[in-house]
Amino acid sequence: MSEVLRTERLEAGYGDARALFGIDFRLDQGELVAIIGANGAGKSTFLKSVTGLVPVPRGAVTWRGEPIGGLRPAQIVARGIAMVPEGRRLFPSLSVEENLLMGASSGRRGPWDLARVYGLFPVLRERRRAPGTALSGGQQQMVAIGRALMSNPELLLCDELSLGLAPVMVREIYAALPGIAAEGMTVVIVEQDVALAQRVSRRVYCFQEGRVSLTGRSDELTREQVAQAYFGH
Amino acid sequence: MVDLLVQGLLLGGLYALFALGQSLLFGVMRLTNTAQGDFIVLGAFAAIALAGAWAVHPFVIGLALLPLAFAAGYALQRGVLNRTLGKDPLPSLVVTFGLGVVIQNGLLQAFSADPRSLESGGLATASVALGGHAAGVLPLLIFGLAVAATAGLQWLSTRTATGRRFRAVSDDREAAELMGVDARHVYALATGTAFALVVVAGVLQAVRTTVSPADGPLLLLFAFEAVIIGGMGSFWGTLAGAILLGVTQQLGAWLDPGWGIWAGHIAFLAVLVLRPQGLWPKTRG
Repeated sequence: MSEVLRTERLEAGYGDARALFGIDFRLDQGELVAIIGANGAGKSTFLKSVTGLVPVPRGAVTWRGEPIGGLRPAQIVARGIAMVPEGRRLFPSLSVEENLLMGASSGRRGPWDLARVYGLFPVLRERRRAPGTALSGGQQQMVAIGRALMSNPELLLCDELSLGLAPVMVREIYAALPGIAAEGMTVVIVEQDVALAQRVSRRVYCFQEGRVSLTGRSDELTREQVAQAYFGH
Repeated sequence: MVDLLVQGLLLGGLYALFALGQSLLFGVMRLTNTAQGDFIVLGAFAAIALAGAWAVHPFVIGLALLPLAFAAGYALQRGVLNRTLGKDPLPSLVVTFGLGVVIQNGLLQAFSADPRSLESGGLATASVALGGHAAGVLPLLIFGLAVAATAGLQWLSTRTATGRRFRAVSDDREAAELMGVDARHVYALATGTAFALVVVAGVLQAVRTTVSPADGPLLLLFAFEAVIIGGMGSFWGTLAGAILLGVTQQLGAWLDPGWGIWAGHIAFLAVLVLRPQGLWPKTRG
C-alpha cells in the first residue's frame, strides 16, 4: 500500500481559538477511513485544514510527498483533493446541473463528468433544472457528492454525510460509496454514527478534543475501546 | 404628458448605465463602490483628454477605452479592493470613498474645475419624430445601449461559465473555492466588467451634457438610488429602478423646475421605507 496523505503534529484553528493539537494521520491509496468523535472534537477542522479552508500554523500536511500546508483551496483541489462540506453548501442561485458543473472548475481530467454523476444518482438527471436547494436533503447530498466528484479527485473527503437525513436516505448515500472507492479513489468520511462508520470503513481514527484518542482497524476495535476514546475519562 | 414620460424613460436609460456596474459589484461581492460616480467622471475625462489628441468621434474613443477600463478595473480589484472584502463592509466603503476623493482632486489638478464636454458633431441635438412626438437621437441611443447592457449582463450571469462563477462566489465564496475557483480572479473579472460599463456611462454623459471633477457624488447618488429602488443585485430590476427614478425626476421638474432631483430622492426614500428589499429583488439566476 502506498501512502498518499500524511499529517504530522498538525495544529489548526480559527483565529486564536485552537481546535487541533497535533494530529498525526496517514492514509494509503484506495483506503476508506472514517473519523469519529464527539461534537467539537476537531473532525471538521481537520478536513478543512487539509483542503486549505483553515490555515495550518504548525505541523505538516503532505500529499503524495509534497507539502500542501498553506496552499489555497483552489490549488489543493487542482492537486486532486475534493471535499463534500458539512451541511452540503450547495449554491442556492444555481440549478442542480450548474452546481455539478461548478465542481469541474479546477479543469482536472478523469472519468467523472455529468453523465457519470447522473448514472450514479439518476434522480439528479430528472431534477437537473431545479434550483439545487429545492431538492430534498438526501438529493442535495447527492448533488454535493456529485459536485465533488466532478473535480475528478484522487482523495474524497466527506464531512457528515448522514447529518439531518432520513435513515433510508443515509443507506442510499452510503451504498454509493463502495462504487466510488472501487476505482482506486481514496475516501475519508467524518461520521457521527459510530456503528455505521465502523461498518463501511477499513480503519478508524477517533478524535477527542483536538487529538487522536484512538486509531486502528475498524473490525478489530471493541465497543469498550471506542466508547473510552469517544468520551474520554 | 407623453413627452414627459418618454423623457423620463430615456433619462432612466442613462441612470441605468450609471448603475449597472454598481449592481454587478454588489451582486457578486457585496461591495458598495462609493467612488462609482467619480469613476464615471474619470472615464469621461479620459475620453476628453484623448479627444484633444485624437480627432475621431467620441464613440470611437469610448470603444478604445473599453479594454483599458476592463484592465484598470481588474487591476484595482486584485491590487486593492480584494484586500478590503470580508464580513465587515466598512473597509471597502472607506477605501472606495478615499479613492473618490483622490480622483476628484486629481482631476481638479489636471483639468481645473471648468465643466467640459465631448463634441459629437450635432448628435447631442439631433431629434427624430415619433408619432407626433419628438425624441432626441442621443437619448434614444443611450436607452438602447442601457437595455443592451442589461440584457448582456443578464446573459453573462445566467448563460456563461463566468456568470455561473459570479453567482457561486456570491452565494458562498468558501464553497466556490473548494470547487477550485479562485474568488480573487472572479471578483476582478466582475470589476473589470463594471469598469467597462463605467466608461460607456462616462463618455455618454460627456456627450450629452458637461462633466466637471466635482460631479461624481451626484452621479453616485443616482446610481445608488436606481440600484436600491430596483432591488440589489438584479440587473432588470436596476434598469426598472433607473427608469422609475428618471420618470419621477421628470414629473417633479414638471410640477416645479426646482423639484426634479428632489422628487427622485422622495421616490427613493419611499421605496426604502415601504419595500427595503427593492421593487424587483434578485430576478437573476
